[in-house]
Amino acid sequence: MPEAPEPVPDAPPPRIVYRHRLVTRVWHWINAVAVIVLIGSGLTISNAHKRLYWGDYGANYDHAWLEVPRWPGWLTIPSLYNLAAARSWHLTFALVLAFGLLIYLIWSLANRHIQRDLRVRKDELAPRHLLDDLKAHLALRFHDPANPAAYNIFQKLSYAGVLFVLLPVLVFSGLALSPGMDAGWPWLIDIFGGRQSARSVHFIAMALLTLFIVVHLTLVILAGALNEVRSMITGKWEVPE
Amino acid sequence: MITRRSLLITGAGGLLAGCDAVGRSPVGKSILGGGEDAQHFLQRSIVGRDALAREFRADQMSPRFRVNGSKSADTPDYLAHAANNFADWRLRIDGLVRRPFGVSLAQLRSMPQRAQITRHDCVEGWSAIGKWQGPQLSQLLDLAGLRPEARFIVFHCADLYRGTPYYESIDLIDAYHPQTILAWAMNDAPLTTGHGAPLRLRVERQLGYKHAKFVMRIEAVASLAGIGGGKGGYWEDSNGYQWYAGI
Repeated sequence: MPEAPEPVPDAPPPRIVYRHRLVTRVWHWINAVAVIVLIGSGLTISNAHKRLYWGDYGANYDHAWLEVPRWPGWLTIPSLYNLAAARSWHLTFALVLAFGLLIYLIWSLANRHIQRDLRVRKDELAPRHLLDDLKAHLALRFHDPANPAAYNIFQKLSYAGVLFVLLPVLVFSGLALSPGMDAGWPWLIDIFGGRQSARSVHFIAMALLTLFIVVHLTLVILAGALNEVRSMITGKWEVPE
Repeated sequence: MITRRSLLITGAGGLLAGCDAVGRSPVGKSILGGGEDAQHFLQRSIVGRDALAREFRADQMSPRFRVNGSKSADTPDYLAHAANNFADWRLRIDGLVRRPFGVSLAQLRSMPQRAQITRHDCVEGWSAIGKWQGPQLSQLLDLAGLRPEARFIVFHCADLYRGTPYYESIDLIDAYHPQTILAWAMNDAPLTTGHGAPLRLRVERQLGYKHAKFVMRIEAVASLAGIGGGKGGYWEDSNGYQWYAGI
């Protein structure tokens, strides 16, 4: 006796939303390359003098608050120690990072990306909401079903922290390392409390940015790497079930 | 099977390895060179010609100022002058000048002096604050009378690197900067051998390797093409360091 065919429920067609605008996507990838080159070449520069100090001066006879490890060749640009080449990479991509950020911030204010997508509402900061969102993250649910394309509070805080704090701090603490810029803009060394403090801040901000990248990539994988990466290339994002 | 994770890791590793290839390729070199030129142009545009490097108080100085680069100049000529306290030594100023001349250490000390407590920034990343004193370079250049075609000032030194005497160069903006001096004194005492006795250049808005030590001769030139490998300094020619070291 032939089996009765089981009714196949119609799967709802995947819902595709347009999530990232062109300027966001272009900046994301340009900035990703710049940041990776800057970290790699910066680690070579770090290998030239591994000690970090606070204040205006600091050299071998002075007290270092931290001596960082020697970074291995597979992490550095270039892979064989070459300070002159590392500086070429670093100073060139510093321009890409700084001017890219400036243009992106102005553009994103103008097209209201920042005001619309990154603005933190007061109720999002309530402990209750933060706790719920943390629980949702631990359960690998990253999207509000009612408004899946919106950033959750941890995304907003981390993206805003990178855009408005970490990247600008990296740019200005980097500028403060330049003896020429220090002559032109003496406030650069004042805001950091000395060139060696600026160098320490530059390093700490780099470490925090690296932490962001690690968490960011981990969450991209957990949220579905293909869908997430595609959304940053084409802008189209499939709303998860 | 290619997992997403291995794809990402391979991608990142490949990017870093690719950088080595790009950095060695002619196109890569010209892009990176363009970045350096852009930094140089931007700094010259933003920073006023006479903007001063910060000067510090005596109590802000490094307790001990590290000696870096050549610790001495091991040529018979230099050692003979050093043994004689540089009494017969003369700094030579020539090249594209109307009146080439030699000047003794005593004469350099009797000229109007500038003393400044400034921060010395090494390309490696460390900084030290010290006090430097000597005549402004501009005075010597004016005495010699620069010819209009002179564009750069080259410093020929006594210390040897792999058999080559050290040399450096700066443009006329830095040569005529008020803080650009030929220091014969450091921290209120004559320069020690380690810090470049009898004379070292201070060019306060640039990194340490521009501050030539053991200066023997100052030459005005129209182009850097005829100096060493043509890039304007020992480290520039030998290792590709940036000629403009304000960054």
